[in-house]
Amino acid sequence: MNRTIALWFVVGLAGFTLFPWYVLEDGFFSFEWLDGYPYDSDYAPALFLIAQSEKLWLAPLALFLALPLLSIGRVKNDPAISKILIIAGAGGLIYLLAQGFAIGIRGFNSELLAALIDLDGQRQFGFGYGAMLLSAAFLFFLTTGVAARGVVNGDVFVVGAIGFVIAIVSMFILFPVLNMLSSALQTNDGVYSIRVFIEKFFDDKIWGLGCLSENRSCGVAWNSLSLAVLVGALTTLLGLVFALVATRSGLRQAHLLRPLTVLPIITPPFVIGLAIILLFGLSGAVTQFVADLFGLQPTRWVYGMPGILIAQMLSFTPIAFLVLIGVVEGVSPSMEEASQTLRASRWQTFINVSLPLMRPGLANAFLLGFIESMADFGNPLVLGGNFDVLSTEIFFAIVGAQNDQGKAAVLAIVLLIFTLSAFYAQRRWLGKKSYTTQTGKGDGGMPAELPKRVLFPSYCLVAIWGSFTLVVYGMIVYGGFVEVWGLNHTITLKHYITAFDVAMTDNGIHWRGSAWDSFWTTLRIAGTAAPLTAAIGLVTAYLLVRQNFAGKNAFEFGTMLSFAIPGTVIGVAYILAFNVPPLELTGTGVILILSFIFRNMPVGVRAGIASMSQLDKSLDEASLTLGANTWRTFKSVILPLMRPAILAALVFSFVRAMTAISAVIFLVSAEHNMATSYIIGRVENNDYGIAIAYSTALIVVMLTVVTLTQLLVGKAKTGRKTSPTDMPS
Amino acid sequence: MNTSIKSKAASVRFDSVSKIYGGDVTAVDNVSIQVEAGELVTLLGPSGCGKTTTLRMIAGLEMASSGQIFIDNTDVTILPATERDVSMVFQSYALFPHMSVAENVAYGLKVSKVNKKDIKEKTETGLALVGLEGYGTRLPSELSGGQQQRVAVARALVLEPQVLLFDEPLSNLDAKLRRQVRDEIRELQTTLGLTVVYVTHDQEEALAVSDRIIVMRNAAIAQSGTPRELYEAPADEFVADFIGEANLMDVTITDIDVSNGFANVRLGTLSLTLDARGNNAGAAKLAVRPNRIQLVAPDTPNSLKAGVSKCTYVGNHMEYVVETEFGDWFATTDNVDTVFEAGKSVGVQFNERGPVLIPHP
Repeated sequence: MNRTIALWFVVGLAGFTLFPWYVLEDGFFSFEWLDGYPYDSDYAPALFLIAQSEKLWLAPLALFLALPLLSIGRVKNDPAISKILIIAGAGGLIYLLAQGFAIGIRGFNSELLAALIDLDGQRQFGFGYGAMLLSAAFLFFLTTGVAARGVVNGDVFVVGAIGFVIAIVSMFILFPVLNMLSSALQTNDGVYSIRVFIEKFFDDKIWGLGCLSENRSCGVAWNSLSLAVLVGALTTLLGLVFALVATRSGLRQAHLLRPLTVLPIITPPFVIGLAIILLFGLSGAVTQFVADLFGLQPTRWVYGMPGILIAQMLSFTPIAFLVLIGVVEGVSPSMEEASQTLRASRWQTFINVSLPLMRPGLANAFLLGFIESMADFGNPLVLGGNFDVLSTEIFFAIVGAQNDQGKAAVLAIVLLIFTLSAFYAQRRWLGKKSYTTQTGKGDGGMPAELPKRVLFPSYCLVAIWGSFTLVVYGMIVYGGFVEVWGLNHTITLKHYITAFDVAMTDNGIHWRGSAWDSFWTTLRIAGTAAPLTAAIGLVTAYLLVRQNFAGKNAFEFGTMLSFAIPGTVIGVAYILAFNVPPLELTGTGVILILSFIFRNMPVGVRAGIASMSQLDKSLDEASLTLGANTWRTFKSVILPLMRPAILAALVFSFVRAMTAISAVIFLVSAEHNMATSYIIGRVENNDYGIAIAYSTALIVVMLTVVTLTQLLVGKAKTGRKTSPTDMPS
Repeated sequence: MNTSIKSKAASVRFDSVSKIYGGDVTAVDNVSIQVEAGELVTLLGPSGCGKTTTLRMIAGLEMASSGQIFIDNTDVTILPATERDVSMVFQSYALFPHMSVAENVAYGLKVSKVNKKDIKEKTETGLALVGLEGYGTRLPSELSGGQQQRVAVARALVLEPQVLLFDEPLSNLDAKLRRQVRDEIRELQTTLGLTVVYVTHDQEEALAVSDRIIVMRNAAIAQSGTPRELYEAPADEFVADFIGEANLMDVTITDIDVSNGFANVRLGTLSLTLDARGNNAGAAKLAVRPNRIQLVAPDTPNSLKAGVSKCTYVGNHMEYVVETEFGDWFATTDNVDTVFEAGKSVGVQFNERGPVLIPHP
């Protein structure tokens, strides 16, 4: 038996004989379960359950676990070993999952099975740590066995990593989404009916076109679609203008625009919506001013499409800017110089050379804006008024009085179809084009200056939109210090005290403020999710960039898929899937952590891919030819060289977890409340003061984190700057 | 020289090895190679000929699609790189930028769990061997290109590999350094008695450094032999032209002298007696190196009438293009003092030795 098998055998054995088999109501780390362990059937390990003649259906697992012992004493390359491992691993996994799905809280889930076998009233809860460890053991038995058959050159580490990523992606992305699709096909009584699905899917409330012919509102699908197209187009335009001014204007102050790109990362999505209300709401500053000036009655015009549009443009223009700044810089200056030496004017060069070269980037920015707008939940919730969009409708279908899971699932599917089509279009249409604009060869020359008729309007737009953004962020800070917005503008610290009061008592620090609870929960959960996200993202990136294996394209698609799944859809899918055994997670902190990991994983993967493709592949190969195995190579060569990327992925997933709202709002519980859902709660109670004060505090915290990291990364240079590939040739 | 780094030089054998990518791209087609222990063999060919793939298959970085690979008469066909006793010096050197020079050299020893004292000693010996004593604490980025190159060699050497591989090791160095490093590699190889397989596309480098050269073309072996064999007796037009330039001309063999295997060759007014190399009487191809063509005064006996169409002075020799009724020929001569100007008539002669008939295919 080699060391890998021995290790996983021990892990599996611990899972089977030591750890509580079922999920623990009070959590593992409360250690409540030590009382009564190991005999209490709620806390017992599987071995003790079976010994007490309970849950006897767990007994066959012991056989699968013991199978690898047969490999003891066999020579290393004996083909029998791989067979034993595959049977033990695959058999064990399948049996474990099958019994988990078959037997639930009410005994057998299927009436047929219940009629066949009498469980004597026994039932079971969700998997706990014991079950998790044993499944891990089975999974790695399987991958080790597959590797022993010579797959991916028989590399145990690589096959194991692939198996692990496939397992968790299937468990936490594919399973919930498919489960949601199937629940859309069911009536509320759990009967499958295609007719009901079609009725729900083609509901007038989704696809109605009443707004075109008569004075009714259109279906939510059309609302979302038209909003997303508008937002995509406008943010792309603004992003392009900003990118041109930042890189091509020759203005020395232009680099001041760059910090703009950090804004969307550190701003919780609905905060812009709040600021818009402070400016243009019924008692908003601008509304009041205009009303006084012209003697008009203030209106609620901003609630609905206009408000959401403005808020989303403010939120997502920096994203387009971020994408396009890279694209504009990527346009090779020598192409433009070539055009100019061929007697083209600046304007002709811009129209015929520069713009067409940016086309893939423009499409990319548009699709990003489109997807972000579709998925945005916070701004429509705050500013929507009577203008319903898909993401908010989904929310109200679940939490509202209707509690119609089928309807939520159907709406989620509509939303998913839109975003997946956009995602597919982006991949299909752009493919690898966006990477090839830069050749990596030294490319001298000066980028062409912009023609006057582009430059001047660009300056104006940037000035206007830039100052608007400043005003909006100013509002956010200022709003937190005002007694009651619109009525009493006295400066006060009241809101901050309510939220963040701290008192020194005899028992130490007493966190009295109402926000502390959710604040610490947020930090803890985001802090746990971030390293896991970064780790999974980087391992996946390593597999995608450095390894070749059958089904790699499907693998890549699966891991990037969650990027196209809006948070609200993930939220709905998670509560539908993880409310019942075998994975009972709702109401725990774990489900929040999981949702963050899988929501943000594509970002980690992208960051990993980007930085890994800059590492010369011969570094890995050199390590391999020097006798290091792939794991060793990954650990001592690749990871140290990726330190900046790791740090960036860590910070990004941390900050994203802190600002997320769309999936979170479905998954929070009284025990695990997050900052964002707390703030939304305050907004719904019209308690804007605290909401804004808390948002400001969050922004400051995240800005600090981001700035500190950038300083750290700046210092941690290692020897990377002069990579061996940069040698003169 | 410290001898604590020994050679475990072993032979390498390819038995009908092929490498096919993605089902239809054949990178290496049914290649059989034998490299003896202690020999320096160069794989030479234009880019895309399969030489690097062949090298990587020896290292275990690519797996053969069919055929067998032996190192020291042990079948290693399915062994991955980690488990083969082979080291490689990469074109980009592939020094780990986050490790110091000494850490780079020690890396292979560390992962093979050699004890600390030996690691230290061997690292120092290895660096001394390439003339970099005292550079151990620097980062690779603080070294010049040539020094980085040597670190890469030291890193590969300290493992005392059965086979040492070089993938175009000189391509990132400037011309002057190339000759020096080339000689150093050859010297190390002969003193330590290493088995070396060396890939390059530079024919001059290959001629200078090798015991034997394997010329590859279109995924297959075009010719294999010592540098002199390849240069003086090319097996086909491709080899003749790839290794040193050659003027290829259509000639007529009037008759073959069966007693010594020599052919009488006619080319216009010229007549030559050359090794027949399997040709029969009739049409044949003749390869003549540029420096084996001599320009003489017009109407010299046994010379061909020609016109000078181009004349270039390049310092240590003259380059000419001469126009004859059999085509344009490229000729060089060390005589830079007598110049045949462009547009003038000239006589052309061939050296006694040098012109070679291409074997009949």
